[in-house]
Amino acid sequence: MNRAQINRIKDKAFGVLGLIATLSGLVILSFFIGQIFKEGMNRIDLDFLMDLPSRKPEKAGIYTACTGTLWILCLTTFFALPLGVSAGIYLEEYTKKSKLANLLEVNISNLAGVPSIIYGLLGLEIFGRIMHLGNSLLAGSLTLALLILPIIIVATREAIRAVPNSLRMASYGLGASKWQTIWNQVLPASMGGILTGVILAISRAVGETAPLIVVGALAYVPFAPSSPMDEFTVLPIQIFNWISRPQHGFAVNAAAAIIILLTITFIMNGVAVYLRNRWQKKINW
Amino acid sequence: MNQNDYKIQAKNVDVFYGEHKALSNINLNIIPNTVTALIGPSGCGKSTFLRLLNRMNDYIDSFSMKGDVFIDGENINHSSVYVEELRTNVGMVFQKPNPFPKSIFENVAYGLKIQGVKDKKFIQERVETALKQSALWDEVKDDLKKSVLSLSGGQQQRLCIARALAVGPKVILMDEPTSALDPISTAKIEELIFKLKEQYTIVIVTHNMQQAGRISDQTAFFYMGELIEYGKTTEIFTNPKQDKTQNYITGRFG
Repeated sequence: MNRAQINRIKDKAFGVLGLIATLSGLVILSFFIGQIFKEGMNRIDLDFLMDLPSRKPEKAGIYTACTGTLWILCLTTFFALPLGVSAGIYLEEYTKKSKLANLLEVNISNLAGVPSIIYGLLGLEIFGRIMHLGNSLLAGSLTLALLILPIIIVATREAIRAVPNSLRMASYGLGASKWQTIWNQVLPASMGGILTGVILAISRAVGETAPLIVVGALAYVPFAPSSPMDEFTVLPIQIFNWISRPQHGFAVNAAAAIIILLTITFIMNGVAVYLRNRWQKKINW
Repeated sequence: MNQNDYKIQAKNVDVFYGEHKALSNINLNIIPNTVTALIGPSGCGKSTFLRLLNRMNDYIDSFSMKGDVFIDGENINHSSVYVEELRTNVGMVFQKPNPFPKSIFENVAYGLKIQGVKDKKFIQERVETALKQSALWDEVKDDLKKSVLSLSGGQQQRLCIARALAVGPKVILMDEPTSALDPISTAKIEELIFKLKEQYTIVIVTHNMQQAGRISDQTAFFYMGELIEYGKTTEIFTNPKQDKTQNYITGRFG
């Protein structure tokens, strides 16, 4: 065999390897999803969505967990979005290159990798005990906001960095101030990337369990929360709780709740993809 | 010519990028309603000098300068000068066309809108005038709402000129405005520059000797951060006083 033939075989071998790698993930995932659907699909009906928790599996519903998750979603977004995006803008557009800026950058990237339970402990101490928010929705969403803040900051910075400098110079050259340039040119041009990052970060927050358990989200909440100071539970905790029970009926409930949770995160990811494509089409350099 | 008649005066200007000295002791007076070409090999400091005139160097972190630049007798680096106002007086056209990813109309109106101009009729008139001045009106008047990305490179560059004119500057800086364009588009822009000097003072950086010869009244030759020679274009090109100028113009280095 000559060199060219060997290279061709290597090419093919790598192609096959790559295909197997790609499929293995997908196959396992689809097997898992298939199982879940088989188990839980029939359990989902309006009653399941609207029922309060119960000791009897056939009577239990996810209403409290669902409203808890929606509350958490909205409150976390409310806290994390303005803070994260502003911080990202500041770090990318306002700070000059310095040792301090480097230190900030490294730390923020590191924060994105801190295990979520650590954030839970932080939230428990600061929001739960020092600020006396207890195990309320507010304490939980503030904790999750902290958790996803670094992700939003990093995503915002990357989106802003992708805006060509010539655009800023054009705006400055016409007499625009820094803020006018950011508001009129940089933000519109990077909005797709920023929103994508924000939505992915929030969909991560919606799926988080550990920090909320630490903060004190309860598995059994008899009523749906109606204000940010109320106690709450969320879908992942509800699922976790049901799975740990002996009756088979609760396992079915858990599967059904997983379908709902997956649907929520899939919708959010879908919106992220849609936004990215839409903004990319509008702007191309 | 009287000292105060100059549009732009640079006095003893030194520019540093960190430790590196990019310009040293530049003294240059620019005459109103002329085209002044800045020529010289890459890295000679001509673009740095151009960006001094509307303070675009402020965005380079390591930039620092000594000396003074006066426009209409006013020191543009004085703390009382608002850089945004300076730039409405001193417009700029960049090397590569850099329109905003918006409509043609919005591009030209941008400078007025950020100044807070609300009068729609006034904006419309200014946009039309600017597009006529930059010889683009006839080509785009029916689709002002269209995205600029449908325009050719040459049209985009003329749009960038219109965008700068709409703000109402007195001085226009051009940083190799035709280096990314084909010969026909280049000719159109040169023709435009020739017409614009009736109303504006134009400073243009160019790598193209023929272009400098064709369009400029005054030429300044920069080399290694120094202003080697400055004078009437006809004299610089036919009868340079310095050997370096002679060598550069005849293409012996560069």
